[in-house]
Amino acid sequence: MNKIRKRVLWIIVSLSVVTIFLAMQLVGLQVSSLIMISLHAMVPLGLVAIGEVVNERAGTVNIGLEGILLLSSFVAVYVTEVSRNLALGIIFGMVTGAFIGLIHGLISIYAKGDQIVSGVGINLFAAGFVAFGIWTVWVPGVHMLPAGLGMSRISTPWGGLSWFVPITVVLALVIYFVFYKTSWGVWVRAAGENPGAVDASGVRVYRLRLIACIFGALLGGLAGAYMSLDWVGMTSKALPAGRGFIALACVVFSGLEPISALGAAALFGFCDGLSTWIKAVPQLVPIIPPGFDNFIKMIPYVATLVAVTLVIGRRRFPKSVGRPYRREEI
Amino acid sequence: MEAQKKRRLNVVKLGWFGERFSGLAKPLTQSVFAIVIGLAIGALLLVVWGYDPLDGFGQLFSSAFFTNIGLSSTLSYATTLMLVGITFGLGVRAGLFNIGAEGQLMVGAMTAVAVSTFSLPPLLCLVAGVVFSMLAGALWAFPVAILKVKKGVHEVVSTIMLNWIAFYLCLYLVLGPLTKPGTHTSVQIPVDSRFPLLFGTLSSAILIAILFAVVVYFIIWYTKLGCKIRAVGFDQESAHYMGINPGRAMTIGFLMGGLASGLAGGAVVMGIPPDYAVFTELSNITGYGFAGIAVALIGRNHPLGIIFSSVFFGGLWSGKRAMQIYSGIPLEIVDIVIGVIVISVALPELLDIIRRKIKGRSS
Repeated sequence: MNKIRKRVLWIIVSLSVVTIFLAMQLVGLQVSSLIMISLHAMVPLGLVAIGEVVNERAGTVNIGLEGILLLSSFVAVYVTEVSRNLALGIIFGMVTGAFIGLIHGLISIYAKGDQIVSGVGINLFAAGFVAFGIWTVWVPGVHMLPAGLGMSRISTPWGGLSWFVPITVVLALVIYFVFYKTSWGVWVRAAGENPGAVDASGVRVYRLRLIACIFGALLGGLAGAYMSLDWVGMTSKALPAGRGFIALACVVFSGLEPISALGAAALFGFCDGLSTWIKAVPQLVPIIPPGFDNFIKMIPYVATLVAVTLVIGRRRFPKSVGRPYRREEI
Repeated sequence: MEAQKKRRLNVVKLGWFGERFSGLAKPLTQSVFAIVIGLAIGALLLVVWGYDPLDGFGQLFSSAFFTNIGLSSTLSYATTLMLVGITFGLGVRAGLFNIGAEGQLMVGAMTAVAVSTFSLPPLLCLVAGVVFSMLAGALWAFPVAILKVKKGVHEVVSTIMLNWIAFYLCLYLVLGPLTKPGTHTSVQIPVDSRFPLLFGTLSSAILIAILFAVVVYFIIWYTKLGCKIRAVGFDQESAHYMGINPGRAMTIGFLMGGLASGLAGGAVVMGIPPDYAVFTELSNITGYGFAGIAVALIGRNHPLGIIFSSVFFGGLWSGKRAMQIYSGIPLEIVDIVIGVIVISVALPELLDIIRRKIKGRSS
């Protein structure tokens, strides 16, 4: 009964969304551009959230995602500009993320430090490092990627679409497959639930968690490289603007399922896209009172708060998430 | 047995006074160790980038602690950092990771500016500014507490979202209702609403901040309420079985933290000459909240420890400008140092590991 009601609810919601879109299109608002903006805004949230899902499933929490986005976006632009090679920039963005993940993993898994404190430290370090780096390498403030170095886009009838959009979707599916169809996935899931059992079955929990932590951070690095090289084409201290934490909310929202995490990222990406789109619609610009755009910019944050409030409590998390595993001494 | 013997030995070696404070030695070394690692990695980065770290940090500390202007600005930064540090430290005592000081401080500062626009009698307007900025901070912390207690929303997510909402709300206020016409800054706070100055740029807000810290210390360690808060922070489940309401203790932890951060916001706009206003892009009221995390961690989340560590971080904040001017080093190196300090605090066992390694090698 409950299941049927849920399904009916979903159908009603999706139908009404489609009707609203059609109505907007009829009035003359550019719905296709809203969808394109939202898809592009989904990618960083999705990549980071999927990475963090893997990480938290294995039992480690990393709230330094914001810092990873920031650092890797800076490194990606720097390497691309020096080497004039886009692929190298993306790879170095990922390596930066993985390196931060390695440090965080060593601190929280091997040294059994406080994971949340370490994550906050990473965020603070990144904010300082990127501002310092932009200052010393270029000029203080915002640095634009030189023209001609940006990524090419897939051409669609509604404008260019980034290659990262399909990559993110495929990645979510791959992670889902690995989670539920391979023994690797079983180990990762079990390491978050009952690390002792995994250890007893002969798999090294420390190493498994470390790999998951590095992998999660590597996806964060990829997202950072996407933001600075493809999406906005610049790097600055304020680039992620809380997206690392919105991605954390996606993780909570999804209940640690990779596909749901992608769905949550699409939802929050839509809110993010909406706040940029409203300001660019010619019909709406004269209606918005001066100074009111600050309230529009609040949309993604308010939506995150509301969404997390509505959905939480019905989510179950792995038992040992956030707790360091201590091997029995022999 | 072994431990007891060691303890007795300590009493003989250190006397009563040493015994009373020998518990301080370990946390103190850990804090100093974290600061040393932070400065060392900062220095390493400076060397990599071709700057002279000795000259840079020398300029920083000498101007922050050995000049009159520097010292007064160090202490006035310490006022604010102390209060936001208490927000975080108090949260940790209640088992929370309250990183909402940033937003609560902004809201408190804007409220102080708003209250000062009413023409109240001389002393009353200062008191009203202080009280309302504190209440505003607590108000901004209230949803976090409700969401945490009623819904189980983790405070890291909700506080960060509220920080951003506060940022855009205050941006709207600075550019809209509270703007000084023709500028991008807020209206200036009138003379009557400002904290009287003690020396240099240091205002009497520091006395209120220290008083606040001491009051928090007494509440946490010498009252029933404080005992409940600490019990919840220590082990929520056991506290619950003992008949303590964890939700209430956590709510009080958030609200008291909100009062501290709101007061911090008031202290910035009512206590730092010469501007007494909120700047463009809120540049003079941002960044404190996150530095406050480092202040609290180095002060071991203890109100009295936070008073001392806030002076150190206040020194970093006030000396960084002199460093930038005289040594040409970008002042953001200080944020890097603070980040590394926080990361090294997450490693309580690092010292033990190093000690064991050294011992292992020598024997």
